[in-house]
Amino acid sequence: METKAAIELKNITKTFGSIVANKDVCLKVNRGEILSILGENGSGKTTLMNMISGIYFPDHGQIFIDGKEVVIRSPKDAFNYRIGMIHQHFKLVDVFSAAENIVLGLEEEQKFDINKSAEKVRQISEQYGFDINPNKKIYDMSVSEKQTVEIVKVLYRGADILILDEPTAVLTPQETKKLFKVLRKMRDNGKSIIIITHKLHEVLALSDKVAVLRKGEYIGTVETKNTNEKELTEMMVGKKISLDIERGEPKNPTDRLEVKNINCVNFEGVKLLDNVSFTAKSGEILGIAGIAGSGQRELLESIAGLQKLKEGEILYNNPKTGEVDNLRDKTPIQIRDLGVRLSFVPEDRLGMGLVGNMDIIDNMMLRSYRKGKSLFLNRKKPKGLAEKIIEDLEVVTPNAKTPVRRLSGGNVQKILVGREIASSPSVLMAAYPVRGLDINSSYMIYNLLNKQKENGVAVIFVGEDLDVLVELCDRIMVINSGRITGIVDARNTTKEEIGLLMTKTDSLENQGGEE
Amino acid sequence: MIVAFIQRAVMQGIPLLFGSTGEILTEKSGNLNLGIPGIMYVGGISGVIGAFLYERSAGGNLNPFLAIFIPLICSILGSALMGLIYCFLTVTLRANQNVTGLALTTFGVGIGNFFGGSLIKITGSDLPSINLTKTSNYFKASLPFADDLGWFGKVFLSYSFLAYVAIIVAVIASYFLKRTKKGLNLRSVGESPATADAAGINVNRYKYVSTCVGSVIAGLGGLYYVMDYACGVWSNDGFGDRGWLAVALVIFSIWKPNLSILGSILFGGLLIVHNYIPGLGVSTQEIFQMLPYVVTIIVLVFTSMRKKRENQPPASLGLSYFREER
Repeated sequence: METKAAIELKNITKTFGSIVANKDVCLKVNRGEILSILGENGSGKTTLMNMISGIYFPDHGQIFIDGKEVVIRSPKDAFNYRIGMIHQHFKLVDVFSAAENIVLGLEEEQKFDINKSAEKVRQISEQYGFDINPNKKIYDMSVSEKQTVEIVKVLYRGADILILDEPTAVLTPQETKKLFKVLRKMRDNGKSIIIITHKLHEVLALSDKVAVLRKGEYIGTVETKNTNEKELTEMMVGKKISLDIERGEPKNPTDRLEVKNINCVNFEGVKLLDNVSFTAKSGEILGIAGIAGSGQRELLESIAGLQKLKEGEILYNNPKTGEVDNLRDKTPIQIRDLGVRLSFVPEDRLGMGLVGNMDIIDNMMLRSYRKGKSLFLNRKKPKGLAEKIIEDLEVVTPNAKTPVRRLSGGNVQKILVGREIASSPSVLMAAYPVRGLDINSSYMIYNLLNKQKENGVAVIFVGEDLDVLVELCDRIMVINSGRITGIVDARNTTKEEIGLLMTKTDSLENQGGEE
Repeated sequence: MIVAFIQRAVMQGIPLLFGSTGEILTEKSGNLNLGIPGIMYVGGISGVIGAFLYERSAGGNLNPFLAIFIPLICSILGSALMGLIYCFLTVTLRANQNVTGLALTTFGVGIGNFFGGSLIKITGSDLPSINLTKTSNYFKASLPFADDLGWFGKVFLSYSFLAYVAIIVAVIASYFLKRTKKGLNLRSVGESPATADAAGINVNRYKYVSTCVGSVIAGLGGLYYVMDYACGVWSNDGFGDRGWLAVALVIFSIWKPNLSILGSILFGGLLIVHNYIPGLGVSTQEIFQMLPYVVTIIVLVFTSMRKKRENQPPASLGLSYFREER
């Protein structure tokens, strides 16, 4: 049976600077079909969808709608082709009501009357079984209500092709189930749905076809009914690559940091860390694997004293004094002085840890200015340190007085990691230290971490690349929605095992499964 | 005396009302235009230049229509140009809005004083001012029967046409923002340009148009001040800090043009109330001059304390927008 594709992409390529976000991606979705796009973080799923919805413009490639080639230059063009995207970060105006948000930007024939629009919103909601109040303000809404508004928004515009970017990331299992029901109803009404996700069980439960992306490249499309979790994981994480990172045996490891049953909730009461317990040993690299936003950041920040804990304790065996300190009672500065160092490389790189407009020397001083006794700053020592880091880590910079903002991402990271290492810590936490770095710089960072390990430092390494985690770490702890789903020995594990632990969830969500 | 006080307060308030209505429209698009004082100044001097040239070329007999039309058009063009400069810098080139705005204020005042000084030199008069009484008389013309209606006529009907324009513009702006589709779109641009963009709204166009229209409206405030309040007498720096008061009035009226009508009269009253309280020394008078600012601060304190979302400034005020930013 030959059905015409509702939307088809051919060889779509998009680059940001030197980073290739999408390379030769081909996709095809028919009417009345749900396609999942599966991939790890940074595999280019969202970028791809942004090109369909007109936020970005592809460098190469063609887009066909109903068999005709189209050019989508702006979100408006996308509407005209009846494409609607529900973004992961909702695009809603907080101070507007639901109805106002829904009609925003629409050019309708009749006179603008918000009450009439609200009535139409109500009709659509009833048709698909949504439950929203059109006059409610967005800032009064829960996350799932906001998402409903987003969905109604694209339906109001008559979209036939719906793109949902990680719609379940923010939903509770019950809400997810409800959403899936609605999506199935839409599919049965002949709409095409593209859903971006990295949760395997959702893919299997909901979609008809799965397209897999890996590091911006298109791996392939499979029929959901002909596949299983194992095959998908393999497609997602790729075949094992040998990296050849030198890994020494841990030298007489002793317990350095004991984390016991810590719990942490955000201001909305959602659990960020759920009963997390583990031990970090000296002379060992403990890897932390998990999908971005699973609680890695909160975990590290708890240890560094930046996150308020609800329950639990963090015990630190001080190698100098032999005493045991509970880090929960200490201020971040006290914790730092104990030798627990955090180098966190956030998505925007400069967000935490370095000040973009200050030069390298001044950034070194951020850690040491308190030590000065006199009224004036002593620039000599930080200057020496800055120069040492520039030389040792081969930082490419005109000189130590260059504002950090002007350096390339890799060099910024070297400075950040270098500075934390320079203080000879006893616990070093490095989160995504190689994010966006080329191979050579990455290896330099790995070697740095290995050297710290040899010196008897307890290294905690949060990584994205499973290949690296498996090669570099001694033990790997997998975190999944704030819970530890397993701690494995990195020498006897496989990427697939970790991948499954990363995506494993309670069976609760699966109940909404196949109908 | 109360009637006279109200009358004076309204006349003081009208330039502020023009300024704040213009600034509200601008800020609703997310542009924090601190160039408003400069733009009002330019609006004033442009009108003066137009009137000056027309008075000179026409000799003694002015055509009433042209006497109003020429300064008006000059003023509109002058302030629109200022708005355009601001937009080009902040929207197209994405320069910092605060710096650009403050630069425009300094620039506008400089331009005004330069041309003001030049015109004064051309007239060769001994006084450091330009006298455009004839033009001003046309601007000041009010309804002929206003005086016959006692206090009612004085309070409501005794003003010149620009004063009514100010109020009408404010009412229209209020209706536009609250009740029309375009107004909704404009507000969304100021609140969340990314949302507006994703909804298919041309963010840059909205920013340009609203900022330029806002500038024109604010510029009329400058024109009103010279032609009506100051009776057609331009003297350098005579405009004072009314521009800043207009910006303060925006906050006072929590970004609502219709509230700004009342606010402007209140501010006008506060500005001149010291003239009506007997026995005040020079120093106490100065303290009274601060009142509008004090009131603004109090309003700021209250609105931030109450945290009502609708009363907060547009969320992306002061930020530039670039679609492909990552």
